[in-house]
Amino acid sequence: MSQATAVAEPPVVDIRFEQELADAIVGAWAEDTQKAYMIAPDKILAVLRHLRDVEGYDFLSNLTCVDYKGYGGKLRNDVSERLEVVYRLYSTRIGGGPISLHVRVPQDETVPSATAVFPGANLQEREVYDLFGVKFDGHPNLRRILLWDGFNGHPMRKDWQEAYYEEDVKPFRSRHPKGEYAFHEDKLPWAKNTTYPTGWDPDSWQQPVAYVPVSQAPHHENEPHLDTESIVVNLGPHHPSTHGVFRMLTRVEGETILALEPEMGYLHRNHEKIGERNTWLMNMPFTDRLDYLNSMSNNWSYALAVEKLAGIEVPERAEYLRVIMAEFGRIVNHAWSIGFILNDLGALQTPALYAIEEREMILDLFEAVSGARLMCNYMRFGGVVRDLPAGWHEQATYLANDRLPRALDELDRLLTENEILKARGRGVGYLSVEDLISLSVSGPMIRAGGLAYDIRKAEPYGIYDRFDFDIPTLPNSDIYDRYYIRLLEARESVRILQQALRDIPEGEILGGKGGYTLRAPEGEVYSRLEAPKGELGFYLVSDGKTTPWRYHVRSPSYINLNALGPMSVGYKIADAIVILGAIDIVLGEVDR
Amino acid sequence: MFGTGLLKGLGVTLKHAMDTFNDDREAVPDRYRGSLELGDNRRVIQQPIDQEGLLTIQYPEEKRLLPERFRYIPMLIWDSEKHEDRCTACGICAKVCPPQCIWIVRDSDENGKPVTRASEFYIDAAVCMSCSFCVEFCPFDAIKMNHDYELAVYDRYPQLVYDMEELTVPLEYYAALWPTQYDEEQTRRREEEEQKRRQAEEKARRVATKNAAAKEPTAAGPKRSAAELQKLARERAAQRKTQTADGDKSGDDAAAAKKARMEELKRKAQERARQRKLESGE
Amino acid sequence: MASLPPNFQQLKQEQLKPFLHDQIIVPDELQANVLITTVDKIYNWSRRSSMWPLLFGLACCAIEMIATAASRYDLARFGMEVMRPSPRQSDLMIVSGTVTKKMAPAIVRIYNQMAEPRYVLSMGACATGGGPFKEGYNVVSGIDKYIPVDVYVPGCPPMPEALIYGLLKMHEKVDRQSVTSVPWYRKDSSAFVPVPRLGPDIFDPRQVELIKDTTLKATTGASATAANGPAADAEGRARGPKTLSDKAKARMEEAKKRWRAKKGVPA
Repeated sequence: MSQATAVAEPPVVDIRFEQELADAIVGAWAEDTQKAYMIAPDKILAVLRHLRDVEGYDFLSNLTCVDYKGYGGKLRNDVSERLEVVYRLYSTRIGGGPISLHVRVPQDETVPSATAVFPGANLQEREVYDLFGVKFDGHPNLRRILLWDGFNGHPMRKDWQEAYYEEDVKPFRSRHPKGEYAFHEDKLPWAKNTTYPTGWDPDSWQQPVAYVPVSQAPHHENEPHLDTESIVVNLGPHHPSTHGVFRMLTRVEGETILALEPEMGYLHRNHEKIGERNTWLMNMPFTDRLDYLNSMSNNWSYALAVEKLAGIEVPERAEYLRVIMAEFGRIVNHAWSIGFILNDLGALQTPALYAIEEREMILDLFEAVSGARLMCNYMRFGGVVRDLPAGWHEQATYLANDRLPRALDELDRLLTENEILKARGRGVGYLSVEDLISLSVSGPMIRAGGLAYDIRKAEPYGIYDRFDFDIPTLPNSDIYDRYYIRLLEARESVRILQQALRDIPEGEILGGKGGYTLRAPEGEVYSRLEAPKGELGFYLVSDGKTTPWRYHVRSPSYINLNALGPMSVGYKIADAIVILGAIDIVLGEVDR
Repeated sequence: MFGTGLLKGLGVTLKHAMDTFNDDREAVPDRYRGSLELGDNRRVIQQPIDQEGLLTIQYPEEKRLLPERFRYIPMLIWDSEKHEDRCTACGICAKVCPPQCIWIVRDSDENGKPVTRASEFYIDAAVCMSCSFCVEFCPFDAIKMNHDYELAVYDRYPQLVYDMEELTVPLEYYAALWPTQYDEEQTRRREEEEQKRRQAEEKARRVATKNAAAKEPTAAGPKRSAAELQKLARERAAQRKTQTADGDKSGDDAAAAKKARMEELKRKAQERARQRKLESGE
Repeated sequence: MASLPPNFQQLKQEQLKPFLHDQIIVPDELQANVLITTVDKIYNWSRRSSMWPLLFGLACCAIEMIATAASRYDLARFGMEVMRPSPRQSDLMIVSGTVTKKMAPAIVRIYNQMAEPRYVLSMGACATGGGPFKEGYNVVSGIDKYIPVDVYVPGCPPMPEALIYGLLKMHEKVDRQSVTSVPWYRKDSSAFVPVPRLGPDIFDPRQVELIKDTTLKATTGASATAANGPAADAEGRARGPKTLSDKAKARMEEAKKRWRAKKGVPA
């Protein structure tokens, strides 16, 4: 199943688009899913439209690109195109597995933009353009997103090397016993991590001016005698309410937002480029630093993907431990996010401090079991790294059965019926759930819009099918519901925790072979789980070596930002702060 | 009625305030339950999980009791029983290190032949990500995670590039920080040694019987192998021991400083062990 | 004068005693300095007891910074609870997290906007030296490449205690300063740090000549590159020296010597 094989003929699956758009399919590519097709570049839009309208694949989950230049595997011997764009669609209505489409990018490096069918492709296509240089024809706003305009080259291409480049794969030879004691800084005369093209003259340099779409926002004429002019207000990257280094360009008329454009990349720390150099295992601590509020989910998601690829079994106890850690992590995350939504609403500090109290108690547990408060690095391929220390289970049981329910009730009493919260939250940031899905939004955001889509139920992973829990939904899709849904989800997490802590068996905690080198079989895999912020997926391509060929993170924070602009338009600028807060982003995951 | 929600919320905060206030008025506040007085206004604090609210740790005076598995920056173990570094410069830690922050240079003997000892060992604390992979995969239990987090400095270079000197700690220090794991490890090591010894004996006996069966024991060589080799090894160990002792005695400042540091660490370790003992209620 | 207590003079003397050092006989030529030492004490005490940090989070470390300010570690004990979002009102910049090239100009600009006396604490491995992401193409290997840093706190991320320890080190540093020797009351004290610019890669205006040396020389003649190794690779991008620079070699030698001296190993 994990072994990818290039099959000459498409597998016989009952899918109607095969008949209707037979000429679109140029081959099949069976990977980790049964439904994987090679699509001709000019037919991709028709296929996407058909899949969305006829077959119900309404959720474009992941769109990314792979550079196969210098690929060492056997599967692509006869392919000349180096770049390949990968689409992955799910159905929120019927649930279940994905359909995956591959498009080989032709010589001119242009493919049609999927934004016409799925507006949610917006940010992902911009990322592919930025990092790979693939141009998307028809994209409304194809600018660099993570790097700045004027940056030299497209860094995720395999032949692009940075200033501190040492070797293609780790471990670097210089570190090993005979290695020299050397700093990266010593490699370059200016002792900085920079390179410049030959012949470039810094004196005459002019940074290209980017055309940001807020400048074309409509001009409203309120009344004939009142001549108002809209202005651009810039929030960030250093702004107390942007949850990190994030920038919003807003065009406002008075206080009303006419257009809002997110700008990111201020924390783009090259997770994927470094990830392709790391060995499979070395990436594990790096995943901690994606969504640094709940490293356990990130660990798990990455471990799931590699286990799927390499076919590693996970022992029973480890499965339970993973569920326990992930659900504690979800409570940590939701507590934090509730606190800071309220902070953004002006309830400065008090709710946040109350929420952080419980968070600290859980972090103590994380620290006791894994050794670190934030960067747990707890999971390994095939299980978890260490068993519970003495006394941990009792403490966790007390927390789950006694303290956390009480604390959540208290937060509920403190906030839920608060009239100010209702006044500020009700009806603000509304976007219908259909729009949210077409914008590829996932997680609590769509559940606050009334759609009970949760990967733990829709495509269960781990042992979630054993637990008795509900998917809470709320109907209104506004700030208030986005706050409240997190409280409800934290309660469900407590329920899962109670069951998991009750049922956890004794036994092994680490399956597989262990050790620090892993050679995953050639193939590709996409695996996702329901992280507290939404669908967290890892897309991995292996060429059978000790390092991933492609390592891509489908991060919920980043893709949920698709909805920020549409949600904010028409509301006041003070509301935009809360709307951003209620998306619950973490910049480490947004920019990676 | 408008305002009931607000009042309810204010009630929650008022309750919190009153609880804290009442607790503070006690002679020994409830929140110090389970904590450990060290005198001098210093305390080690472990918040009981059933303690309401969250306890403020007044850091420089009060410290949190760190869990055994806490990890910060690695340290190298000096085996104070055998008087040698446990590190053999195999380089596995440098290999598995995700950000590649470890440099090792292997030592060589007077003939220039590499030996299983590191002459230089650097960890760049400005790169280290405290992931503990080096510890996980070290086959010699030579590198462990230190609990010392008071590392702030005024200069980055060279203070934050720890060399072997700064990284090395005596075994007792490790034993005090990681008691459970240390015990497990010692048991395992003893078992392994026992097994090795038994295997060697077995092999020697087999060789002996084989030799006896095959032909006359002409050469002393094979017969000598087990016992003699062990003796040789012992001699060499003793030599090394005197060498190191001499080195320590040689009296230059560096050695004295090292010794002082070792003493300091040992003292710390003892203090730590005492804390743990007190904490476990003995 | 009627409202004063009868023993006012005596009380006043008592109060002033600790500041006057009347037991110590101070030579005439040192009188002025002694007064300044006392001023220094008060001045430094007040500065370090209300050192307002800039509310400025970059990455993971910012979460630990918030945890430090929250109820468990309670930065208010050090007079630091007021995190000011405006650089104009803050004394201390805690660079908490990975500094990227895209963000570096903003950070330098914020630093320039802070009023003297200003301090920078680099929190965590990333801000100190690039951390685990050091090799990344968009990561600045240490904020000290652009602005002066006073205290470095290693750790990934530093736990709140470690941050507080760093802050205490900062207090120590403040305590050692004297109002007579600090630069910030001079006319041209608060020099602006040149803001780095974004080109094909980020560049520091202070290093323009050095950069031109490499990028422009490579086009004029290959001979010029001999000292620096190959200046451009196959893709035409300027590369640094492949062999180690003299400075690096010297640094290596120095470190080795230090180690040998400590070990007592002859060179």
